[in-house]
Amino acid sequence: MPQLAPQQTAVRPPLRTGTDEAAARRSLRDQIARLERELARTFAAAYPRRGLDWSVGSPGGPRMLGMGELEELRDKLADRVEEARAELRRRALVERGNAETIERMLVEPDRYKWVRVSNHDIGEPGCKHWHSRPRLGLIGMLLGWWRVRISSGCP
Amino acid sequence: MTAGVDELPIEEGSVELSLRNEFQGLGLRYAIVEGRTGRSPRPVKQRLRHLSDRVHGERVLNLRREPVAGAYRIFFRQVGIDPDEFNPPAEAVMLERLRAGRFASHDLLEDALTVAVVETGVAVRAFDADMLTGRLGLRLTQPDELLGDGPLKLDPGTIVLADERCPVGLIFGETARGFEVTKHTRRIALCAVRVGGVPEISVEEAIWSAAGIVGGR
Repeated sequence: MPQLAPQQTAVRPPLRTGTDEAAARRSLRDQIARLERELARTFAAAYPRRGLDWSVGSPGGPRMLGMGELEELRDKLADRVEEARAELRRRALVERGNAETIERMLVEPDRYKWVRVSNHDIGEPGCKHWHSRPRLGLIGMLLGWWRVRISSGCP
Repeated sequence: MTAGVDELPIEEGSVELSLRNEFQGLGLRYAIVEGRTGRSPRPVKQRLRHLSDRVHGERVLNLRREPVAGAYRIFFRQVGIDPDEFNPPAEAVMLERLRAGRFASHDLLEDALTVAVVETGVAVRAFDADMLTGRLGLRLTQPDELLGDGPLKLDPGTIVLADERCPVGLIFGETARGFEVTKHTRRIALCAVRVGGVPEISVEEAIWSAAGIVGGR
């Protein structure tokens, strides 16, 4: 007869009391509040950039959400904040590059023939743009008289 | 009970224990004023114009970072409403201002509620006070409850504004049929939901502001 293995004592998770659950829910709500504030800050900082996704979705209400729903909402908010920050960082790099292009264009416009950079490209509001164009049109083009023309703004 | 705005008593609505435990700072304040809706007088329209001049794109963009508007946005999230899909009242009014180019005058009551929310960030709701039974409060719905006398059936556990007889409105949504302020209304219950992070004085100011306009004082 095979020897029976000694019965193992299962390690049970501690019982969750009402107080524990209330504290856990409070903690989750606090985290949601912090993340929402962070998302709001990021949203305001993102202006005038467009095309960022701010949607988080919701489980539907108004009602008291369950623990699982609060956790899911917290995770979705955290993901959205992180994605928005990453996208802003990526765009900031591109915009910095564009701003440097403007500086170089102003110094050597003939090296950036027909290049046009707008406020949108450097993450600024407004319609201003920098455009490397020949002075006096065709004559300037033939003689290599290039300059950067700065628009006065929105039409 | 009704009184002049200077001494307008603001009542404290009841909040169900489970809600109070869950959402610290959640409260309901309301006052009953004698007044009626109708066309807004010139001073109210001027006030709306003045407010229109004060609200511009940058303010709207940063609104969700303001303490009071931000607090309502957070509360929306915490009760399962997507504030980008159903804008909190202050945001909705400001977005409409940008869309329309001004705060348009509609009628006295609506203008009063607009002034209150723009000036304080706190939304005020209005009910026909003579249709209410007893005190107002915030509570969760029971199974098979209707919004007012129907036909909308509410999911159990929905947070509602209720009198002692039935739910009279969703906390930040629809008002039950028959409880809205109409041209026949003579007494108006003005109420505001306070959430955590919103100062008590802002809630009272919002009610006083609306009461001052609809009460014609």
